[in-house]
Amino acid sequence: MDVQELILTALEALKSNVVRTLLTMLGIIIGIASVITIISLGEGSTASIIDQVSSFGANTITIQPGRARRGPGQSSSTVTTLTISDTKVIKKLDNITEVSGMINANKKITANGEETFNSIRGVEESYKTIQSLEIVSGVFLDKSHVDGVSRVVVLGDEIVEDLFGEYADVVGETVIIDLKSFRIIGVVNDGSDAYIPLSTAQKILLGQDHLDSISVAVISSNLVESTIRGIEDSLLLEHDIDDLELADFSVRSSQAMIETISSITGTLTAMLSGIAAISLIVGGIGIMNIMLVTVTERTKEIGLLKAIGAEDKDILNQFLIEAVVLTVVGGLIGTLLGLGITYVASTFLQIPFIVGIKSILLAIGVSGGVGVIFGWYPAQKAAKLNPIDALRYE
Amino acid sequence: MNSQKKTETIISFNNIHKTYITGPVKYEALKGITFDILKGEFIAIMGRSGSGKSTIMNIIGALDVPTSGKYILNGKIISGFNANELARIRNREVGFIFQSFNLLPRTRVFKNVERPMMYANISKNKRYKRVYECLEIVGIADKAYSFSNHLSGGEIQRVAIARALVMNPSILLADEPTGNLDSKTAHEIIRFFLKLNQQGTTIVLITHEQDIARFAKRIIKVKDGKIESDRLNGIAK
Repeated sequence: MDVQELILTALEALKSNVVRTLLTMLGIIIGIASVITIISLGEGSTASIIDQVSSFGANTITIQPGRARRGPGQSSSTVTTLTISDTKVIKKLDNITEVSGMINANKKITANGEETFNSIRGVEESYKTIQSLEIVSGVFLDKSHVDGVSRVVVLGDEIVEDLFGEYADVVGETVIIDLKSFRIIGVVNDGSDAYIPLSTAQKILLGQDHLDSISVAVISSNLVESTIRGIEDSLLLEHDIDDLELADFSVRSSQAMIETISSITGTLTAMLSGIAAISLIVGGIGIMNIMLVTVTERTKEIGLLKAIGAEDKDILNQFLIEAVVLTVVGGLIGTLLGLGITYVASTFLQIPFIVGIKSILLAIGVSGGVGVIFGWYPAQKAAKLNPIDALRYE
Repeated sequence: MNSQKKTETIISFNNIHKTYITGPVKYEALKGITFDILKGEFIAIMGRSGSGKSTIMNIIGALDVPTSGKYILNGKIISGFNANELARIRNREVGFIFQSFNLLPRTRVFKNVERPMMYANISKNKRYKRVYECLEIVGIADKAYSFSNHLSGGEIQRVAIARALVMNPSILLADEPTGNLDSKTAHEIIRFFLKLNQQGTTIVLITHEQDIARFAKRIIKVKDGKIESDRLNGIAK
């Protein structure tokens, strides 16, 4: 019998008991739906994070204090090895367009009777270019603000919205950060950070000399790797350290950060998919159970089929295809369900809704495989029945 | 085979023994059965339950092989065949009609009759033509697309006959084909067998009913695994 006929026959058999068929498929449906959801959400969140990181630009480099391989509990803010003199060293290197030291702190901002809690960044004027910040009104910090320790601030538009409301014209207004007043000189697009001059952050707001990071822009992205080595060499010299392994700073490109993030989310996705795959095994065992019941129920039918000329392989194929059709149909329903859940979840989480063709093909492949693996034993049992015993079975 | 042409023997049983061994218990179902069936015969094999007639039917129908002895069906020595070879013989040489559970449940008449040809990998067009031919022969072509569970007892047996004929087998092997029918329908079916036999079909009927067996041209009676009598329609052979 050809495969098409067998599939049609299997569909007829499954249609004859819809409730049982659906209940049998339920394990596979849940398993495939959760795998699809996890993989798609993983892909979506990775894409969203990568998108954020790449907005910094492919040709940026970040230097952070502390060793490259930091142990747990040793956060960069407690390491004090980067200073403003390091930025001066880096500025002298080739192929570098902009350099900015940065200090980061979470502070309460109040204005207009409202308050928010945001990341305050002390930066130099070059920071705008390095991070491709987009000014929507007013101006960004300039050299005179940094040199003059000015109490001015550039707010992210989300902060403006929280404090003053949407579309408010806030340039020239005053906000209070940590009990100190700052004049708003500009608003940047798409952000919840506030930017103040690096010197102001060091001397007025936080009283810290060391930097939390240094951002560097390189002429072109294919010079990033060689520039990283140049920065490492000159900082080692500056810090009087011989071995890169012992360096008290780490230099990373945004590309490397993307790779790190992708590998973390990849591992997480694989782990969660592994857990979800357990439900596929449980589903498969359910299929095997029902197929065994079906074979027993249809013993007499198998006897009849053998009497009219079915060979062992015909019976084997019939029951195996029935199991595979069961799991593949379950897999398709599970895929649709998983995509539905992903769509709703990604809308809520505000991450892109990514339909991975690979994950769908994988899901269908896996469900077919589950059908073959767990359908084999019952089908084999059916095929091996003795025709006389089967015909006589009551 | 040349012997077929000479004698037109379709079935040859030569000293057939069948012994079942279940654990320590040894049961001799057939104790040396010998007979020939010629092409075009209508033969009834009779006997009580336990006489060995079912075992004879299983061996004739290639559902089972003898423990010893030689069985030739349409020139082929079946005695030593393996499971798949037997399946092919059942498919091409034997048309089965059972007492009950003849048709696949939840399956249309057409598909039931078509199935043996599907196992023989016959093309779709040829199958379609042949199914209708056979349904016409049994006069049930109008029910081709009815489900098997919507048919009456007589209709089911006619569909079973159509399916038995579909592969053009050497013999029709009917096991108590009227056992589940009322006497009027039973006679209708048996007359149908007579008609097929007149057209040249070899028919082997397994039954314990005298009333049905009397339609056959030859009656073999089996008792305790041996042939008790082998007569031509009541007259000594």
